[in-house]
Amino acid sequence: MSSKTMKIFALAQLALAVFGGTLLLGQKMLQVKGSDTMVNLVQILAEKYMDKNPKQPIAVLGGGSGTGVTGMINGTCEIANTSRDWRQKEIDMAWEKGIRPRFFAVAIDSLSVIVNGKNPLNELTIAQVGAIYRGEVKNWKAVGGPDMKVSLYGRQSNSGTYVFFLEHVLGNKPYTTDMKEMNGNAQIIEGVITDGGGIGYVGVGYIIDQATGKPMKGLKVLNIKKDDKAEAFSPLDKAAVDSGAYPVSRPLWMATSGSPKGTAAGFLAWIVSPEGQKVVEAEGFYPVGGKLMEQNLKNLK
Amino acid sequence: MTKNRLRQLKERAVKGFFFTHGILSTLVLLGIFALLLYTAVPAFRDIRVGEFLTTKLWDPTSPLKPVYGILSQIMSTLLVTAGALVIAIPIGVGVAAYLSDVAHWRVREIVKPIVEILAGIPSVVVGFLGIVLVGPFLAKISGQSHGLNALNGSLLLAIMSLPTIISISEDSLSAVPQVYSEASLALAGSRWQTLVRVKIPAALSGIIAAVMLGMGRAIGETMTVLMATGNARSFPTSFFQSVRTMTSNIAIELGEVPYYTTHYYALFAVGLVLFIMTFIVNLIADVVLRKYQEREL
Repeated sequence: MSSKTMKIFALAQLALAVFGGTLLLGQKMLQVKGSDTMVNLVQILAEKYMDKNPKQPIAVLGGGSGTGVTGMINGTCEIANTSRDWRQKEIDMAWEKGIRPRFFAVAIDSLSVIVNGKNPLNELTIAQVGAIYRGEVKNWKAVGGPDMKVSLYGRQSNSGTYVFFLEHVLGNKPYTTDMKEMNGNAQIIEGVITDGGGIGYVGVGYIIDQATGKPMKGLKVLNIKKDDKAEAFSPLDKAAVDSGAYPVSRPLWMATSGSPKGTAAGFLAWIVSPEGQKVVEAEGFYPVGGKLMEQNLKNLK
Repeated sequence: MTKNRLRQLKERAVKGFFFTHGILSTLVLLGIFALLLYTAVPAFRDIRVGEFLTTKLWDPTSPLKPVYGILSQIMSTLLVTAGALVIAIPIGVGVAAYLSDVAHWRVREIVKPIVEILAGIPSVVVGFLGIVLVGPFLAKISGQSHGLNALNGSLLLAIMSLPTIISISEDSLSAVPQVYSEASLALAGSRWQTLVRVKIPAALSGIIAAVMLGMGRAIGETMTVLMATGNARSFPTSFFQSVRTMTSNIAIELGEVPYYTTHYYALFAVGLVLFIMTFIVNLIADVVLRKYQEREL
């Protein structure tokens, strides 16, 4: 066995060396890294952009917003995707390394709270969702659901969505340690679809089944209320997200160091153009407008 | 004369070549240990060692106050590994006994390589099976809403450590001198009695070493448990609870942690504890295996 394993191992190494070599010798790729919520969207944007500009290769990696920020500071990527704002500490650290981050809002995401399709519950308040994730509510009955244990799905601490949710829904109090910490949005959805008592939070672009244009089978997207008295809105309701009536939406950011150059400049300019924003909408997120767009155009220069 | 000297020179070169290789692997091990120690120790400028080992809560990114305690992770690692061994030992030893004693040689020629190929399945594939196959199955039979728990991890790790256990156990069972079983059979012992009372005791040290090596594999496995156990940070109280082992904790957090912070050093401290644990397991395996080889001679 061992000699066979060795041979396979040697072959794999050779393949890796050849592959790595081609990458190094080939054209300089634009490295984009970060948010898992954004990875599918940016991948598709990159593909469409490369169709038009075949000489400007772009590589998109996920891993989480924290990974993107760390990657940019450590110099392993040119564009960092984050689904949360950069922390002051991170900006300071970047400046120390001579990196001057510039931010581009490329899409708006309404963070969606999802439960299993069989759960009869339709809406929750922000406070209730926060209590569930802090571990104060352990049974669905306490928030008007069926008599069933709550099974929590969330992201890991390197996720921007984890941080955004912590700050805006949990009121900056720690998550319960009972939460299952998943690798990405897709894994949370997979978990909630198969788990009758499951609840999770994901970017809105992940809940739409591309084939039907409707939320995925076996999944229910909860309507969210600001408080007891407010009206509940769905994250799929464009008007409510635009007006801010849906309480948990956020811009998705791409950051460059200084003003973007070369492929990065072309890519970002195309994303914030009407054509790029159309792709953003087709992927289930919302286009950027108003002041954020003005800032984008200013930052491009 | 010159021919002789040439041969001597060649001899010395070959000797040096192999000596360098032997030393190199030792140096690599020492180097890794030194690096781990060097990067882990600064963590204890801010964390007390006793607190680190006995606190259940691990929450370095807490919005209130960072807490570094790895007791829950140590217990989770031990729980998942123990579960894996409880499943893998009877099956592994059973299969090994079957292959060495019962199976037709043709069956053995087919089955043993297949078992060994099992060792080559990438851990990420095993983890995937845990999510889509084992998880839903466990949820159904346990009446829980999901199957991402310690038992899921144990089952998968059992599968992953089986090839090691089977392969080495079978080798040591086959190495039991023929005369042992012939003597037993001549004294009217049945095949079952011969296997259980003569062959397995005679090969016991080899089997124990096999189990220890399998255990080393299970303790250090990362991707599979990361995918299948749910990664909840709470203290494990049952097999049907989501747990986070030491390996998955390092894998989850090391990618994003800012360098040279307490959190960064603390992750290396977790690695150091894990290294010491696997080192002890491997040491025991080595001692047992050596004893067994001495007896062989």
